Amino acid sequence: MKYFLKKLITLIVTLIIISFLAFCAFQLIGDPIASMLGTNATPEAVAELKESLGFNRPILVRYFEWLTNFVKGDFGTSYSYNLPVFGMVMPKLGVTVFLTIIAFLLTVVVSIPLGALAARKENGIFDRLILIIDQVVMAIPPFFIGILLTCIFGVALRLFTPGLFVSFKENPSGFIGYMIFPAISIAIPRIAMTVKMFRSSIISQMQKDYIRTAYARGANSKRALKEHAIKNAIIPVISFLAVSLSEMLASCIVIEQIFSVPGIGRLLVSSIGTRDFTVVLAIVMILASWVVIVNFIADIIYQVIDPRIRFN
Amino acid sequence: MKKVLALVLAMTMLVGLAACGGSGSSQPVEPAKKEHGNEIVVGIPQDLGDSLDPYQMSSAGTREILTNVFEGLYKPNSDGDYVPAIASSCEISEDGLTYTFHLNEGVTFHNGKTLTNADLEYSFAKCAETTLDSSLPKFFANADITVNGKGQVIVQLKEAMSDIFAYISLIYIIPADYADQLTAPIGTGPYKFVSRSVQENVILEKFEEYYGEKAKIDKITCKVFEDGTALVTALNAGAIDFATHLSLDQVAGVGSDYQVIEGTTNVVQALYINNAAKPFDDIRVRQALCYAVNVDDVLQLVANGHGTKLGTSIYPSFKKYFDSSLVGYYKYDVEKAKSLLAEAGYPNGFDMTITVPSVYPIHVNTALVIAEQLKAAGINAQVQEVEWNTWLTDVYSNRDFETTVSGFDASTLTANALLERWTSGHKKNMINFANSEYDEYMTKANSTTDEAERTKLFIAASRVLTENAANVYIQDAAEFTVMNGLLDGYQSYPLYRINFASLYYTDL
Repeated sequence: MKYFLKKLITLIVTLIIISFLAFCAFQLIGDPIASMLGTNATPEAVAELKESLGFNRPILVRYFEWLTNFVKGDFGTSYSYNLPVFGMVMPKLGVTVFLTIIAFLLTVVVSIPLGALAARKENGIFDRLILIIDQVVMAIPPFFIGILLTCIFGVALRLFTPGLFVSFKENPSGFIGYMIFPAISIAIPRIAMTVKMFRSSIISQMQKDYIRTAYARGANSKRALKEHAIKNAIIPVISFLAVSLSEMLASCIVIEQIFSVPGIGRLLVSSIGTRDFTVVLAIVMILASWVVIVNFIADIIYQVIDPRIRFN
Repeated sequence: MKKVLALVLAMTMLVGLAACGGSGSSQPVEPAKKEHGNEIVVGIPQDLGDSLDPYQMSSAGTREILTNVFEGLYKPNSDGDYVPAIASSCEISEDGLTYTFHLNEGVTFHNGKTLTNADLEYSFAKCAETTLDSSLPKFFANADITVNGKGQVIVQLKEAMSDIFAYISLIYIIPADYADQLTAPIGTGPYKFVSRSVQENVILEKFEEYYGEKAKIDKITCKVFEDGTALVTALNAGAIDFATHLSLDQVAGVGSDYQVIEGTTNVVQALYINNAAKPFDDIRVRQALCYAVNVDDVLQLVANGHGTKLGTSIYPSFKKYFDSSLVGYYKYDVEKAKSLLAEAGYPNGFDMTITVPSVYPIHVNTALVIAEQLKAAGINAQVQEVEWNTWLTDVYSNRDFETTVSGFDASTLTANALLERWTSGHKKNMINFANSEYDEYMTKANSTTDEAERTKLFIAASRVLTENAANVYIQDAAEFTVMNGLLDGYQSYPLYRINFASLYYTDL
C-alpha cells in the first residue's frame, strides 16, 4: 500500500511539472495571433485580439487558471477553431488509442509465440531465420513500413483505399479494416524487438540451475520451457511491453500522417503550426499522462507477478 | 549477398504478417472506383481552420469552399465579372452615387426561413461590425445602406467608388439573430452545410429550395489532407473525385481515369524587395536584381517550364488590367546588372538574405534558383527558410527583411485588390514602396467613374511598379485540377472559389 501511494504521488508531481514546463514553453515560442489574423494583421487588430484573449496577464495567473480548469475537465477553447478543446480532442483520442491498442495486441500475440519457438531450438534454422528478419525489421522505422504497406496493399492490391478513412460510426468493420494497416506498421518493429528480447531471456533462464533440476526430475525440454522457464523469462518482457505501449502512442503521431487517420497526431501537428496552444497543451498533457499512467500500471503488475520486488 | 537475402526475407515477412492481419479483420474497405452515387469526395489541403462564420473566415481555402454556402447580393463569375446572385439586377444613378439592388423572389435560407428585410439589415450591420476583411471597412465608411419596403437595397455612396460590386459580393447574407454560424453555418447558397469533423471532413448537401439554378451533385464531402503525400496516395488509389491547387509533381502519377486541367494559381509570385532597406533603396540595385534573374530558367527548373511570366503586380486572369508589354521589361543581362551595381557603388556585389516561408515548396525552390543565378552578378544571396508564423510576423507585419519570395493573391476581382497595397504608407505595404507618381495614378483611378479611363490608370500604375523595379516579378505559377473522368462542368475562377454547383456526372 505504501509502495502504491509513493508511486501515485510521484505520478501526480511528474504531471504537474510537465504541465508547467509545457505551459511556459509555449508562452516563449509566441502567440497564435499572427496565424489567426493572417495577412489581415494590423497593429491595432493584434493589440485588440491580445487583450481579448487575455495574453496581457502574468503567466503564473494564466497557468493556475488553466490548471484548475484542466483538472475540472475544461480544456479551454481552440483559438483557431473557436470550439471547445475537449470536444475536439476526445473523438480523436479514441481513434489514436484504438490504433495503439490494436498495435499492442498484435505485438503481444505475434511476438510471444515467435520468441518462445525461436528459443526452443536455439541456433536451429527457424531461430536463425527469425534473428536475421528481426535484425532487418528492427532497423526499419514505422513510417517507412507504413509507406510500403500503403504501396503494396493500398495502391497495388487495393485491399484498402489509402486516404479514404471511414469512421467507426459510419462503418465499424470498414474502420477496423482500415486501421489494421497502420497498426501493423507500428507493431512490426516492436514485434522484432520483443521477439529478440523474449528469446534471449528464455535462453538465459534455460541455463539456470532450476531448469537442470527440472530435467533431473524427468521433464523434457518442452515441459521445462513451458512450465518453468517462461514464467521467469517473461518478467523483463512485461516491463519492456509497458514501455512499448507508452511509446506506441507517440509512433501513432507519425503513422497517422501517412495513412491520413484523423487521430490526435494530426491534430497535434497542425495545431503546432497554427500555434493553437490550448489544443497542443491538452494533447501534450494527454500524451504525458498516458506515459506516466501506463508505467505506473506496469510497476504495479511487475510487483504482483514478481514477489521479489515487494520484499525489496 | 547476405544483405540482399535478408532484405528479401524481411519483405516476405512484411507481406506475410500483413496478410494475417488483414484476414483477421472483417471485410477490407472497398476501392473507390466502383459504382458511384451522385456525390463526390473533394481533397482539400487544409481544414477550414479559421472560422465557419462568413465574416470571420480569413483563409482563401475556407472561402473557396464556403462560397458555395454563402452568397451576397452579387457574386463573381468565372469570367472575372460580378453577376447578380440574391439581387436580380442593379440600377446605378447617373452620378454614380446611388445603387439600387432589386432582389430575387423566393430566396430562402438553409433553415427554411424566407429572406426578409430584417435579415438584410442584420447582415449589413453584422458584417460592418465584425468583418475581418481589411478592405470592407473602407466601403462601409463611404456607404449608407438602407432596405426599403419594396424589397430593394439602396446603397448611397458619399464618394464614387470604382469597385462597389466587389465589396457587395463579400457581404454574405445570413439569417438575423442566428447565433450558431460558428458551428452550423446557414446561408442562401446552392449547397447547405451538413456537418464538419475537425481535421477530417466538411460535408455539404444540395439545397433543394435554392432560388436560382440548382446544383446537380447531391453531396460533397471535403476531406482534409494536410499531408501532400497522403493526398497523392489517395488520388492514386482513386479515393478522391476532385482536387485542385496541385503541383506538377502531385499530378504526375494520377491514373488515366482522371482528367487533369492546367490553370494558374492567380498569385503574383515575386522576389519581393524591402525598398527601404539598404542597399535596395537604390533603384539601380533593384534593377540589377531584375536583370540578374533569368525567369525562363526559374520556370524551367521549378516547374518544368509551366507557369506564366509576370512583369508587374497583375496576373493574366485580370485580362483587363494585364499589360503584356511589361513581361520581359528586364531582359536577362548579367553584364548590365554588374554595371548597374558598379554605378550604385557595389562593383564587387554584396551579401543579401532571401527569407522564404518553408510551407510553400514553390517559393523555396524559386528562392534557391534565384540565389544561384545572382552569383553570376556577384551577389551572394543566402536563402533562409522560416515557419509561416514567423514569416507573417517578421516579414509581413514588422517588415524586418531584405528580400523574400512569396505570393499575393486578390480577394476581389478588382485591380485594387492587387495594387492598392503598394501605395505609400498603406498598412499592407510590406515592401515599403513609396512613389508619388504611383499614388497619384491610384487615387485618380479610384475616384473616376469612367470604366475605360480607370482601367488605363490602373495599367499606368502597374507600369510604375515595373519601371521602378519595385520587385523582381517572377510568375503566376501553374497549378492543376484533377477530376474524376466522369465529371464535367468545371469552371476555373480568377480568384479562390470552387463552384460545386456547376459540376455534374456525365453518366447520370
